[in-house]
Amino acid sequence: MSYVIRRLLAMIPALIGVVICIFLLTRILPGDPARTLAGEQADAATVEKLRVEMGLDQPMLGQFFDYLGDLLRGDLGFAWHTGHAVTEDLATRLPATAELAIVSILIALVIAIPLGVLSAVYRDRAIDHIGRVISLVGASMPLFWLGLLAIYLFYFTLGWAPAPIGRIETGVNPPTSVTGFYLLDSLLSGDMVAFGSSLKSIIWPALVLSTGSIAMISRMTRSAMLEVLGQDYVRTAVSKGLTPGIVVGKHAFRNASPSVVTVVGLEFGQLLGGAVITETIFSWPGVGSYVTQSIMATDYAPVQAFSLLAAVIFLVVNLLVDLTNAAIDPRVRNA
Amino acid sequence: MPKSRTRSTAPAAPAGTRSTTVGFGRLLLRNKLGMVGLAVIMFWTLGSIFIGVLSPYGASETAAGALLAPPSLEHLFGTDNFGRDLLTRVFAGGQLSLWTGLIAVAISMAIGVPLGGIAGYAGGPLGSVIMRVMDVLLAFPSLVLAMAVAAALGPGTSSAMIAVGIVGIPEFARITYGQTISLKQREFVEAGRALGLTSATILTRHIVPNALAPLVVRATLGMGYAILTAAALSFIGLGAQPPTAEWGVMISDGRGYIISGEWWLTFFPGLAIATSILGFNLLGDALRDVLDPRLRTTA
Repeated sequence: MSYVIRRLLAMIPALIGVVICIFLLTRILPGDPARTLAGEQADAATVEKLRVEMGLDQPMLGQFFDYLGDLLRGDLGFAWHTGHAVTEDLATRLPATAELAIVSILIALVIAIPLGVLSAVYRDRAIDHIGRVISLVGASMPLFWLGLLAIYLFYFTLGWAPAPIGRIETGVNPPTSVTGFYLLDSLLSGDMVAFGSSLKSIIWPALVLSTGSIAMISRMTRSAMLEVLGQDYVRTAVSKGLTPGIVVGKHAFRNASPSVVTVVGLEFGQLLGGAVITETIFSWPGVGSYVTQSIMATDYAPVQAFSLLAAVIFLVVNLLVDLTNAAIDPRVRNA
Repeated sequence: MPKSRTRSTAPAAPAGTRSTTVGFGRLLLRNKLGMVGLAVIMFWTLGSIFIGVLSPYGASETAAGALLAPPSLEHLFGTDNFGRDLLTRVFAGGQLSLWTGLIAVAISMAIGVPLGGIAGYAGGPLGSVIMRVMDVLLAFPSLVLAMAVAAALGPGTSSAMIAVGIVGIPEFARITYGQTISLKQREFVEAGRALGLTSATILTRHIVPNALAPLVVRATLGMGYAILTAAALSFIGLGAQPPTAEWGVMISDGRGYIISGEWWLTFFPGLAIATSILGFNLLGDALRDVLDPRLRTTA
């Protein structure tokens, strides 16, 4: 328990740092934020009034505390290109991104962990070479390129994928919203047509988004397993006649898993960056495509808000990783 | 302990002698994948430098009669929606993408290495503050931080360079910090202190040169990453702007044509990005194998 509290307390300075960082970024915007908001046509008096309203005439420290106050009230600014508060927009779009990220990390886990384990067990054999090529190529693939190639191949040429225009095919009604996750909601309401259509729509962007994670997770699993498999206790387990399945699954993998959990957490955090690209390509109505639309409209409050959100999610995921590792490995929590 | 060394005025730094450099070179030459990486990098670098001389077309030259022409003998990579020759544009774009990567990595190193060195050498509260700031930068998913910085600076090539450069700072700082912490306990650093050398001299002349190996590996791998991130920024509209010939911009421009089957508009610039990143990754991995004694089987 004390480990959990220590770890939670350690997150506070990082959170404050992240907030300061975003605050500083919003304040180094080129030009005058008041002028940008008021528009090129506005007269000097209007801009000045807006400056006072926005608190830009206050000293920096005062502005920071105002900003902090806004954050604590859940006010992340206004997105003039949608006409809504940024918090509202983010809340509407977050489930789409969360669903995509979760499906994507699940795909990565299902492919990367067995691949990494097999690569380590059959070191320097065919499967290891295949695994290493996949991880090397996967790490070098630009997501935006891979996504477009996937659309060309699977939608345009083969006709396997639905048109890349969102979470469900045109003509299919979305399920009644309970969680905001189409897959889950369609199952909950027993709407199998919506389920099938959502699955077909999510699988391609999720696959594309998972490539980087597959590369990283399989690489880390391989090296963690190689380290563990070389240790004496594994040799003992083999020599006392345990089956390879038990030696690898029960003895080796458990000890390799903290490194794997760590890289999975890191990758999940990084997915939010990848989501911006993937959602844009597949017209996925999540927070990622919202960010690109904001950039196109030169409306930067949503970009800063998204960055803050992404950093906070990243910190929370790191916390969960550390707590999971503490649960797996007693040495971590007693350190 | 050889007695003849007692009168030496300058502490002898252990790394960087000629024979070890030659040894590293030989090991690197024997690393086939590393050489493949180097060849790919040279291909894009030389191609982008000499495309102006080699290509019969200009990067911005339009041809009304050849809009969206698929790859042919006349246009090996096809043409785009303005009839511009894609092969010429892809190579011309290489110049900007490689420069962007180089400058971004230079920014990361120029700021990250001194910060990490000072934090490691000075230690104490100053060291802690520097490294906590680095931790904060690492708390952002890297592409998201690059986006936030580029958005704050306003879209453009130089914003992308600075943004990608800033994202890379903490990695270099962490590597230099770790190296400095371990090196400052070594005898040659203590000898330097005993001789009255200033901290700045010890750091720049004795510690950093000995920490170069991991920094070189990181810089090589970082080049691939920087090219990728800069192209991603251009793709979402925060980096280089159309009609600049830049790989990310070209993919963004060609995006709308993929569902009508004009694949070459995005395929070739993407291939350029993927292969150059692969090149830097292969070379970086080879350098790590050669320079990191823990991974090397023959020392």
